[in-house]
Amino acid sequence: MDLLNAVVALLNFVLIPATAYGAQLALGALGVTLIYGILRFSNFAHGDTMAFGTTITILFTWWFQSMGLGLGPLPTALLALPFGIAGAAFLMLGTDRVVYRFYRAQKAVPVILVIVSMGVMFVYNGLVRFIIGVDEQRFADGNRFIISARDFKEMTGLDEGLALKSTQAITLVVAAIAVALLFWFLNKTRTGKSMRAFSDNEDLALLSGINPERVVLVTWLIVAALATVAGTLYGLDKGFKPFVYFQLLLPIFAAAIVGGLGSPLGAIAGGFVIAYSEVMITYAWKKVAGYLLPESLEPDGLAQLLSTDYKFAVSFSILVIVLLFKPTGLFKGQSV
Amino acid sequence: MSGNPYQEDRGNKDASITRPGLGGEIEHRESGPARAAAADIFLVGESMTGGYGKGPDILHDCTIAVDRGEIAVIVGPNGAGKSTAMKAVFGMLNMRAGRVLLDGEDITALSPQDRVKKGMGFVPQVRNIFPSMTVSENLEMGAFIRQDDIRTTMEQVYDLFPILRDKRDQAAGELSGGQRQQVAVGRALMTQPKVLMLDEPTAGVSPIVMDELFDRIIEVARTGIPILMVEQNARQALEIADHGFVMVQGRNAHTGTGKELLADPVVRQSFLGG
Repeated sequence: MDLLNAVVALLNFVLIPATAYGAQLALGALGVTLIYGILRFSNFAHGDTMAFGTTITILFTWWFQSMGLGLGPLPTALLALPFGIAGAAFLMLGTDRVVYRFYRAQKAVPVILVIVSMGVMFVYNGLVRFIIGVDEQRFADGNRFIISARDFKEMTGLDEGLALKSTQAITLVVAAIAVALLFWFLNKTRTGKSMRAFSDNEDLALLSGINPERVVLVTWLIVAALATVAGTLYGLDKGFKPFVYFQLLLPIFAAAIVGGLGSPLGAIAGGFVIAYSEVMITYAWKKVAGYLLPESLEPDGLAQLLSTDYKFAVSFSILVIVLLFKPTGLFKGQSV
Repeated sequence: MSGNPYQEDRGNKDASITRPGLGGEIEHRESGPARAAAADIFLVGESMTGGYGKGPDILHDCTIAVDRGEIAVIVGPNGAGKSTAMKAVFGMLNMRAGRVLLDGEDITALSPQDRVKKGMGFVPQVRNIFPSMTVSENLEMGAFIRQDDIRTTMEQVYDLFPILRDKRDQAAGELSGGQRQQVAVGRALMTQPKVLMLDEPTAGVSPIVMDELFDRIIEVARTGIPILMVEQNARQALEIADHGFVMVQGRNAHTGTGKELLADPVVRQSFLGG
């Protein structure tokens, strides 16, 4: 019984939240890794792109709610998601036209694009705050739980409850669909293959008749979609706050680099590595240990390695370790 | 790099923020019109003078040509401008004088991409495959501009290079040097080009593989595709060539049939080692 309680506690407080968080990071890291692979620079504006896409999604969610439009047990935000994606795509294509295209025509080296993306980041940053404000917004509606802790306790008779929030389940399902679609697109469609070809060898792609501007356009569209989905899922799960999204940039980059920049598979793996590490190291293990260890060995304190305030330190430690010992990342990316 | 401050990459070694390696080097430019022009030779770069970007001229009044059903080779010492001459024919050079004629059309103003659409196949010397893509995907990308069924052409390429059929699902970057060159040539053949241009196809492969590649190239030529080729191995290349162009310092030094050049004492003395 104690063992079961320990497993349930672990699932409830560590594995389920970390899996949902990992899926959100993975989606974010996929966007970063795609831009790195195809446009050759690290897009610092990615966190704020997520924030912008989510902002638009929230605005549409409110509008739909005011009209009484909804999806029943599912959050209305899912209905608004396509509009958020369209908004983000519109913004990114506009940015590309006004900003990035100039540097492409100059054949500017990627490091200049990195700095440019930082400027874009600040502009998006201000834009989002201007539209929706700096405060936290909660926009999740529909059923809150698939299984609530109390129901679970009544069902099983265990001391520990297991809660599965509907936003967590939705995160996993939507992320799985998005990733499957992305991989299908990159590996099976002509446009997807032409993007990989462009990433492999720009000149030869050009000589094969692949239009670089079209590849760039499709890349931005996909990144806008991934960023908005990631941002909306994160917002549904944990609430939307512009500053938090700006900070999300850090674990997302850590995930992309740990997985291997430029490798989509790596981005997914990296997302989960970072998420599990963050949650496990900042979790107070006292409860689980209490169930597993004999009474004499039970820890007196919380058995928490780091306070949650320091969770970014975890991603950065992993980042430093990976860069020191396996700079290409887990999946042989290109960051050497 | 040509004084453009946007291209100054000095001191940036951080691969965690920018992807290392070369991006595209070919300048994107709009095509001008192609005009009809009278010419009896299939592909000719006529008195070409020019260089890269705003840099100094590398080619001086240089003429390169290949006719239907022929193999033409460009040979010469290192730095003679052999590859540059070929790139000029392909539109990757800033030409200040001269013109390029293909099949009775003046294509001097066309961009490289549009020359591909006109039926020119080009195999660069390096970076001529998509390394992370499979062999069959490489071939598929070669046929990107085609809208029709490409399977027969792919079968023809596999028949020409049987080893590629065995390795079709392997990443092209994992193949040996000789096999990669076969992928590169195969990729260019996928557009069903009217003329094939090879920039040192045998660079960096062993002598045995080199012989095999030459055999394959002759086989391609037998299917009726004219081949214009730059080669380091002057003697072997001239042996299979219908026409040879010996270049020195960006100029035509000697021109003739392969046999004539092989027999020419001056050419033998200076370029073929006696």
